[in-house]
Amino acid sequence: MISKLWLRFKKERYLQIMALLGVLWMVIFNYIPMYGVIIAFKDYSIIKKLSEVDWVGFNWFIEVFQDENFVLVIRNTLAMSFLKLLIAFPLPIVFAIMLNELRLKRFKRFVQTVSYLPHFLSWVILGGILMAWLADVGLFNEIQTLLNPNHTAVNYLAKPRYFYSIAVFSDIWKELGWNAIIYLAAISSIDPQMYEAATVDGASRLHKIFYITLPSIQGTIAILFVLAVAGLLNTNFEQILVLKNSLNAPTAEVIDTYVYRMGIQAARFSYATAIGLFKSVIALFLLLTANKVTKKLTGHGLY
Amino acid sequence: MKKKFRIKVRGSELAFDYVNIAIMLIICFITIYPIWYAVILSFNDGQDALKGGIFWFPRVFTLDNYKAVFRNSGIVTAYMITVMRTVIGTATSVFFTAMVAYAFSKPNIMGRKLYMTLGTITMFFGGGLIPFFLLLKNLHLLNTFMVYIVPTLFNFFNLLIFMSFFRGIPKSMEESAKMDGANDLIIFIRMILPLSKPVLATIALFTGVWHWNDYFFGVVYINDVDLQPIQTYLYKIIAEAGSSRMAISNPVGVSKSNVTSNSIKYATMVATTLPIVLVYPFLQKYFVKGIMLGAVKG
Repeated sequence: MISKLWLRFKKERYLQIMALLGVLWMVIFNYIPMYGVIIAFKDYSIIKKLSEVDWVGFNWFIEVFQDENFVLVIRNTLAMSFLKLLIAFPLPIVFAIMLNELRLKRFKRFVQTVSYLPHFLSWVILGGILMAWLADVGLFNEIQTLLNPNHTAVNYLAKPRYFYSIAVFSDIWKELGWNAIIYLAAISSIDPQMYEAATVDGASRLHKIFYITLPSIQGTIAILFVLAVAGLLNTNFEQILVLKNSLNAPTAEVIDTYVYRMGIQAARFSYATAIGLFKSVIALFLLLTANKVTKKLTGHGLY
Repeated sequence: MKKKFRIKVRGSELAFDYVNIAIMLIICFITIYPIWYAVILSFNDGQDALKGGIFWFPRVFTLDNYKAVFRNSGIVTAYMITVMRTVIGTATSVFFTAMVAYAFSKPNIMGRKLYMTLGTITMFFGGGLIPFFLLLKNLHLLNTFMVYIVPTLFNFFNLLIFMSFFRGIPKSMEESAKMDGANDLIIFIRMILPLSKPVLATIALFTGVWHWNDYFFGVVYINDVDLQPIQTYLYKIIAEAGSSRMAISNPVGVSKSNVTSNSIKYATMVATTLPIVLVYPFLQKYFVKGIMLGAVKG
């Protein structure tokens, strides 16, 4: 038996080496960190070996839930995620449908090209532009002063109450066109005969949108909705890290940045890992639940 | 020729079209203007820009900001790091992931199911930032150039895209090469890779853009300023200026200079983004296909 397997292995040894190199990489860079989450249950310190440090059970998790900052962090994360789900999720669908309704194909291609571009810019660049615009001597205040000479300049990024809107709208600016691609592709696979038949029956543009286009892309919407719900605790780390500063931190700190601050900057490895693990487990639970519910309601799901 | 016939367009339909076109034009403007604004300020005299009121074109045109950027050794070093990590990181990652994908795409390979399961799990669950950081520390990858290359060598999403492409390659070609005595590695390099140019280009462009734009690795895993990429360099000046009145911060370098830290920042931002904008037309050709493949599989 063993020798038979060995023979087979030898026969395909080149393929096996190629595959096992990939498996080795996954074991090191995916699975060792997964095993590494056990430090959330230990009193880890950088000077001791992992096997030598004491188990502390759920102590870190208890501490996390008693942490006042953690409550704030969860609030900010959920607030921004829900705002994004409410505003940033439906907009690409609307945008894709509107693009599809453009009759001039060249103009359509032009709008597409322009709208995808911001996706390829880094958050640092966009963050830099935003900061300059939102500063008290920035473009926003300049325009407001032009409209109203009595306007007192506000540094928007220094005021916690503006942060959610800034995060949500900058995200829309960057990803609107890009997120519409997948809906556009779904729309383009709709049978044109349906539209022709509807036109003959005297349906208006809006009728066709609501009775043909939207129902046809329902499956795509469902799948992306599952993914969006699964990512509720996943704020855009790169975005928030750029826009966050000491003044807007009360509303800008989210789970990811908190893990970074506690774990890497303050070197509280076990504590930060406990927060990260809590997040991963909830995310997995959200994914499974959202998939189940969506599948029941629409018949479409991830798997 | 078929005779073209038009269905009579109703008034309300026309109104719909005009409103739609108007909204699209507004969206285009909102998308382009911030980028244009950074460009004009990068070409405007720094001291003059402090007075504000520049909206459409540079008021006092100058190239001094760019000269200052390219004289700044910190910026030049960071730029080189970005170029190096993008070239090396993309080449190695695309080759390695494609190679593993080729092996995984063989339906009869021993252990295939296990390998795929191992990969799929990584898409749903991960160790998180801190265990990953500690791993890199134990591997002595922190604060080395290799931290840009090795931990990003493999990507399971890209593997799925490669696999679906490789499955479409006719088996007969490989079999005849095998008859001639070529082993699987040689077949992969000599035959499969040249046949896979479209998918290689797609993945390479995505990976390349990621490497070019990433600032996070440089912030978290690198301390040495000589190893930080340009995006991290920019992040640090932006973050420093964060809560202060950044727009009127002090001029850099020689006094009496008309270059301000703000005008340098704009010039650096434009110089950093330029390569992306230049490859964008090529990128566009490929990425729609890429995202579709990813969507089908992912």
